[in-house]
Amino acid sequence: MSLEKIVIIGSGPAGTRAAETLLRQGCRNITGISEAPASGGQIYRRQPAGFGRQADEVYGSEAEKATALHRSFDALAGSIDYRPNALVWNIFDRKVFTNGPKGVDEIPFDRLVLTTGAMDRILPIPGWTLPGVFTLGGAQIALKHQACAIGRQVVFAGAGPLLYLVAWQYMKAGAHVVAVLDTSAFANKIAASLKLLALPRLMFRGLKFRRDLKAKGVALHEGVRLARVEGTQSVTAISFEKGGKKQWLACDAVGLGFGLNPEMQLAELAGARTRFDRTFRQWVLAHDGEGRVAEGVYVAGDGHAIGGADVAELTGERAAWAVLADLGLPVSAERQSVIRRALKRQAIFREGIEQSFPLPAEWLADTPDETILCRCENVTFGEVRAAITELEPNDVNRLKAFARPGMGRCQGRVCGHVLAELLAAETGRPLEEVGRLRGQAPVKPLHYKAAAGKAEGAVQVQQWLEQADKVLEDG
Amino acid sequence: MRLGEQARPAVEIKIDGKRFSCLAGDTVLTAVLLAGRHLRQSEFGDGPRAGFCNMGACQDCWMYRADGERVRACTTYVEGGMDIYTADPQHHVA
Ligand SMILES: Cc1cc2nc3c(=O)[nH]c(=O)nc-3n(C[C@H](O)[C@H](O)[C@H](O)COP(=O)(O)OP(=O)(O)OC[C@H]3O[C@@H](n4cnc5c(N)ncnc54)[C@H](O)[C@@H]3O)c2cc1C
Ligand code: FES
Repeated sequence: MSLEKIVIIGSGPAGTRAAETLLRQGCRNITGISEAPASGGQIYRRQPAGFGRQADEVYGSEAEKATALHRSFDALAGSIDYRPNALVWNIFDRKVFTNGPKGVDEIPFDRLVLTTGAMDRILPIPGWTLPGVFTLGGAQIALKHQACAIGRQVVFAGAGPLLYLVAWQYMKAGAHVVAVLDTSAFANKIAASLKLLALPRLMFRGLKFRRDLKAKGVALHEGVRLARVEGTQSVTAISFEKGGKKQWLACDAVGLGFGLNPEMQLAELAGARTRFDRTFRQWVLAHDGEGRVAEGVYVAGDGHAIGGADVAELTGERAAWAVLADLGLPVSAERQSVIRRALKRQAIFREGIEQSFPLPAEWLADTPDETILCRCENVTFGEVRAAITELEPNDVNRLKAFARPGMGRCQGRVCGHVLAELLAAETGRPLEEVGRLRGQAPVKPLHYKAAAGKAEGAVQVQQWLEQADKVLEDG
Repeated sequence: MRLGEQARPAVEIKIDGKRFSCLAGDTVLTAVLLAGRHLRQSEFGDGPRAGFCNMGACQDCWMYRADGERVRACTTYVEGGMDIYTADPQHHVA
């Protein structure tokens, strides 16, 4: 048994499996914190109370896994200090700073497990800030969590497995899907098929989505270049190019996404380092192979590198075994080796996915100047280009300071990688050399709730931030 | 648009002072979009905005309560009698 204080952030597949393993192996002082009102994370997100759809209606072929995960979490929630609806907005001095229904709080930890998930990776196209344009994940949440479609005539555009999955889920739920505009050519998928066969079930599921969509008369266009989302007050159409031919489709909503970006800001605040992954064309958290990123800090799931739900469950358990080993408690070498083998197969499949759906980053060079790059601060591609030419920043953090992109409410979650791509493209340097926007507290805006007392909470938060800044400067 | 789950109890809220009937379990974002409205005007004058990520990450969906307190529409559920604004009502008392 161990009474060391273990804090787990996130209650998705990774957080759930981490908590379950730690609890089963004798850890008795666990705090589980999640911004979400319920467990399940993104993929197995639960519907609010009062909704009546059965699991197979909401989660389709993944209903069994979803139900199993929910059951696991419900069984353990009473045995840990579970804090839903609580945002972790800073990690500093071996304390986790939260803002929840009872106001702001700080929780000291001995060990910290971060399973913060991911969000959609976006390439801005003209018109992407119009009402009616949502991320692919956002479109899926509307359906799963609210039983709503984002529009009456929906186009799904971009790249990645979510593209076909969400289109298929919309079609099944009775929404009108006008078309799927896939920016990756069919040839890319053929080339990747051997790797995708590492997980035949998932590969065939993907093929089924395509077949079903076609059978229902949904237009599938592959190898397209998205031109713009049309409209002035809201979406009226989307235009694109395929094989040199300009095309145009009327619609009132667009689901847009190009894979996912890991949510790493908290891990960075906790001392984790990042590394650039060439295959994924993105930054991920550097760990020791078992999820250790810093002294007493562990990571798992899509928040450390994109792997999908099964990888999240596996790495959640893996991180728990690492914690147990470091606590000097018994570990199961057998489970660890099962996990290692499963992750190897998953990694081959993930490579296949990346090869099937490469990020069309080369578009950015031609994105019109007036297109918005940073939707929080309304900075355009033209303004960023001008800042690059005039000020010759050598790193994205500099560029941010000069031109304001990535400074807004979202903390660069949406546009940070776009900024890096653009800086790399305009200066002819490799992407990994221009750096990435550093995570900063508060990782999300704080709104101080009644319980802490408005003024009191605000003052306290300000003091914490100043204290943190001072230590960072001194260090 | 709704694709089902319509058997939930009705909840009445006000959006920019106009009454709108939605359902318990709706997020503010869902309700406002069903009412056929955008969530806010961009502070920079480039037009209306209506949320984006739907998961509390992009911060594009902040709206206001009558007292000027801000509400993230995609992660806030509707409550009977809620009074929601697309612009800060405290700044419009001219
Ligand atoms: C919108 C969306 C939809 C997706 N749909 C699918 C799908 O249908 N199929 C699929 O295979 N994959 C899907 N994915 C990929 C998905 O990320 C993984 O499959 C899976 O959910 C990853 O599990 P996880 O535990 O790593 O993270 P998540 O499931 O994302 O869980 C992250 C947890 O961390 C919490 N959290 C994050 N930041 C904070 C913070 N600052 N403070 C407090 N709590 C925090 C969240 O509330 C959540 O509980 C989707 C991803 C997104 C973003
Ligand atoms: S829509 Fe992105 S935070 Fe609400």
